[in-house]
Amino acid sequence: MELTTYTALIVLLPLLGYLLLGLFGKKIFGNSSGLVGTALLLVTTILSFYVAYTYFFVLGNVNGVYQAIKPLQFTWLEFSPGMSIDMGLLLDPISCMMLVVVSFVSLMVHIYSLGYMKGEERYPTYYAHLALFTFSMLGLVLSTNIFQIYMFWELVGVSSFLLIGFYYNKASALAAAKKAFIVTRFADLGFLIGILVLSFYSNTLDISTLIQRLTSPDGNEMKTAVAASFMGLSALTWGLLLVFMGGAGKSAMFPLHIWLPDAMEGPTPVSALIHAATMVVAGVYLVARLFPVFSMSPIVLDFIAYVGAFSALFAAIIACTQTDIKRVLAYSTMSQIGYMMFALGVSGNTSETGLGFTASMFHLFTHAMFKALLFLGAGAVIHYVHSNEMKDMGGLRKKMPITHLTFLIACLAIAGVPLLSGFFSKEEILLAAYQKNMLIYGIALFTSGLTAFYMFRLYFNIFWSKPYESAHESHHGEGGFVMMLPLVLLAIGAAFAGYIPFGKYVSFNGEAHEGHMDIMFSIAPVALAIAGIGLAIFLYKKENEKPGKISASLGALYNSAYHKFYIDEIYLFITKKVLFNVIARPAAWFDKNIIDGMVNMAGDSTVWISGKIKGIQSGKVQQYALYFMAGIIGLVLLLVYVWK
Amino acid sequence: MAYSFFIQMRMELVITGLIFLLLFFKLGKPVSNEVVLTVVSIALLLTTSLSFFGEQEGRQFAGMFVTNPLMFLQKSLLAGAVYLICLLNYDWLRKQEHLAEFFILMLSALLGMFLMISSGNLLMFYLSLELSSIPVAALANFELQKRTSSEAGMKMILSSAFASGILLFGISLVYGSTGTIQFASLPAQLQAGDALQIVAYILFFTGFAFKLSVVPFHFWTADVYEGAPVPVASFLSVVSKGAVAFIFMNIVMKVFLPLGNITYHLLTILAIATIIVGNLFAVRQKNLKRFLAFSSIAQVGFILVGVLNGSTLGIAAVVYFVLVYLFSNLAAFGVVSVITNATGKESVDDYKGLYKNNKLLGWVMAIALFSLAGIPPTAGFFGKLFLIMAGATQASLGFIVIVALNLVVSLFYYLRVVRAIFMDNNEQPLEKVNYSSVVKLGMIICLAGIVLTGLIGWIYEYILSIS
Repeated sequence: MELTTYTALIVLLPLLGYLLLGLFGKKIFGNSSGLVGTALLLVTTILSFYVAYTYFFVLGNVNGVYQAIKPLQFTWLEFSPGMSIDMGLLLDPISCMMLVVVSFVSLMVHIYSLGYMKGEERYPTYYAHLALFTFSMLGLVLSTNIFQIYMFWELVGVSSFLLIGFYYNKASALAAAKKAFIVTRFADLGFLIGILVLSFYSNTLDISTLIQRLTSPDGNEMKTAVAASFMGLSALTWGLLLVFMGGAGKSAMFPLHIWLPDAMEGPTPVSALIHAATMVVAGVYLVARLFPVFSMSPIVLDFIAYVGAFSALFAAIIACTQTDIKRVLAYSTMSQIGYMMFALGVSGNTSETGLGFTASMFHLFTHAMFKALLFLGAGAVIHYVHSNEMKDMGGLRKKMPITHLTFLIACLAIAGVPLLSGFFSKEEILLAAYQKNMLIYGIALFTSGLTAFYMFRLYFNIFWSKPYESAHESHHGEGGFVMMLPLVLLAIGAAFAGYIPFGKYVSFNGEAHEGHMDIMFSIAPVALAIAGIGLAIFLYKKENEKPGKISASLGALYNSAYHKFYIDEIYLFITKKVLFNVIARPAAWFDKNIIDGMVNMAGDSTVWISGKIKGIQSGKVQQYALYFMAGIIGLVLLLVYVWK
Repeated sequence: MAYSFFIQMRMELVITGLIFLLLFFKLGKPVSNEVVLTVVSIALLLTTSLSFFGEQEGRQFAGMFVTNPLMFLQKSLLAGAVYLICLLNYDWLRKQEHLAEFFILMLSALLGMFLMISSGNLLMFYLSLELSSIPVAALANFELQKRTSSEAGMKMILSSAFASGILLFGISLVYGSTGTIQFASLPAQLQAGDALQIVAYILFFTGFAFKLSVVPFHFWTADVYEGAPVPVASFLSVVSKGAVAFIFMNIVMKVFLPLGNITYHLLTILAIATIIVGNLFAVRQKNLKRFLAFSSIAQVGFILVGVLNGSTLGIAAVVYFVLVYLFSNLAAFGVVSVITNATGKESVDDYKGLYKNNKLLGWVMAIALFSLAGIPPTAGFFGKLFLIMAGATQASLGFIVIVALNLVVSLFYYLRVVRAIFMDNNEQPLEKVNYSSVVKLGMIICLAGIVLTGLIGWIYEYILSIS
């Protein structure tokens, strides 16, 4: 079956790229490593588009409902009959959509990096890591088995770690890589326990079987999972909460978000790929993948909705105060993922209430386009001015016309200006929230105004504000063709992705979901977006005193937002002061004195005894014969007389 | 008869032919050592591979000689081990003045082992056992100019004669009380409660125990290993041990089946004693050859744990373990051989910082010791695992716990050597030692064996299927 071959190739080609570049990159490919990696990924992307096309328009739709297809499935490790870890490939609407997103953005980043990373010392390694990441991410979205997801989930984490720490002689990059790894690992611990809980009750690791067993109200598995209770919550709820914890860690939801801003230490194209468009939405994808099970537990859905909404608002406020342009984008990403999360949280599992699911996936799709574009644009700017700080920028619109134009499109899209992609997906999310929960709708509405404000604050600070003056006139221009091409392609996506009739293809149950746009409903968010943009024009179009005065008058609030509400400090306090002193020290003492002591005692007493008895081995044969006879007599006595 | 005789005894015949060929070499013009080594290596490789083709089941000489697929595999392992010894000790062997004699003796012992494995009655068994041990005593004495070597040969022949006497006494009592020496008809004549038979069995058993270096019949081992040339010590520790373990299993499990109760007690007591004493003595050893001697005693204790199982599972586990042990122990002895041969040094202290100038030797030694200690993912881990799993089906929990604890203790002394090689500081670590590429080949085969035997699952499955 050609679909099997193609889908398998989608995963295997990046793996091949990783092996080729990782093993022979430095010696054989050298400076052509980038081209090798990009060429392989180009094939992957074409195959991904072809597979997605085949799924959506040829094979997937049976009588108006999209069915999951498993082109490949085999048992990898069997624990007991019925309980096995399988490996396989799963095609369904969301995995096909993710295929398109991941391969397309990854391709853009590969092309862009040809220019951006040119001349880097570890250029082949960079492309090897990119290929590893792409392999893991594609494997993750195509997984049929929840344990398979977990494996790729960790691989994604590892490649993220490697890429954040790419500039490994920079201390801050190393620290950021470690932080990202530790925080997400901590969350993954919850994920793993969650997987074990869910699989224990459903007695399977296969996703479709698990969903089927845990959603049929009459099934035995479902009954026991709901009946078992721990601290007032059912086992099912606990399992889902723990799985969500893993998702929240990867998707940088409050309070596990602290790693994402620091992760900006990695090369900017990496931020665009991993920390904006693909890996960070893995948490959203995970919840969507198990959504039928999540929808069984209203408590968990509410929890997800509130965590998502709070994260969206919280990050948007911080984004207004940051001066490092990549950090603004990082908080913006966190805020937008918050939107996707709460959209899932307010979604239900009937065709009337299922809008949130579609909206979430839709926003994931459009967000990938415009946020990758923003990061790549920011990369071009950083490339040009050699700084991440807003104060070193300003007036760049003449110097970098293409970057300026594409960046503007992305800003308009994320702000939710009508007719651009972000508008459509955000409207759907707001509508879904409006139908379910007014509080969340209110937060989301306010946040969308904030979003417009901070994005245009960023935009004006980079491209307008003061005229650009630099001690060293940049010797290279905007970046060559390879850096501009991805910007233009992504800008096309950011502008027009909203016109895809998304509800037709992606919905929680595979049936087409008719979205309806109400102009009256859009008035409030659009007005807020325009107000936000207007405020940004007023404050930042020309360099002036006003922003400084306002931040001074806000005083403590501004300061705490600027310091990211001191979350990092709280974490440091908890880990360094509380965990290390209260738990780690006594544990270390116990380990050093009791455990090691016992082991040492065993060793010492062995040595002591062997010293005492070494005289027996005298080297005299006649003595040996004596022992021999004694042994025989002893055995005879024992066996003939004692144990007879 | 004639035709099947050649087929079924093909391995023995090749070895016999080889012995005669070597004798002829001595008659005519002197033949260079390289030629002898080449001929012997090829013949051994041929013998090793012969077992996998042709008829494998049968009886000859009215049941004196029996064979089956498992026996062929066992013989094949032994021949392969001798081949590896040739490779690993190539540099030492090439220097020998009387190389042909060396091989005549070693191959005679190997022939004895083949016949012993295939023996179908007690007489045949006893004769082939002697054939397999007397030449080894001469081999231990092979370095005539060295006093220690003569001492080793002397101790070996004396102890061996003593043990053979006991064994023969046991056999005569068995014959006296049952009236038969045929393995096939013995089980019907044995009775569970008969004191005379129990004594006969114990005497017979301890004769075996001596050859296997089971405590307290092990004392000769360390002295002989230390004094004997390294190739002979490795032959003793791997090939002799393996051969005796194979026939031991066969006799204890099948022939003396009616005395299973006694076997169970003997094995539990002796296994525990052997493992503990082997470990205790291995801890203190400063000389690597003595160290390996006591380590091999402890390893035999683990083999006994597997034998305890008493069924095909135990047989498969033991054969598999011997296969793994063969690679690991030969690799370790191979490194000792190279270094002793080049520098004459053989104490653990001399090995400090070995890794600095001798990367490959350091790694080979470390991996071999890891495998002997049973650390995953080396094959040694799986070997021990299967043995203990097989034993656990019969033995009590307390017994298994003691065995497992001793496994931990053994880590201590194996890792001590590894630490010396990699981590300990030494003002003057050993210079880079030169050795020929043949030795290197042998080491690489051993390493591959250590790694692959564990990873390739069907090896064990295959052994289990023919057990």
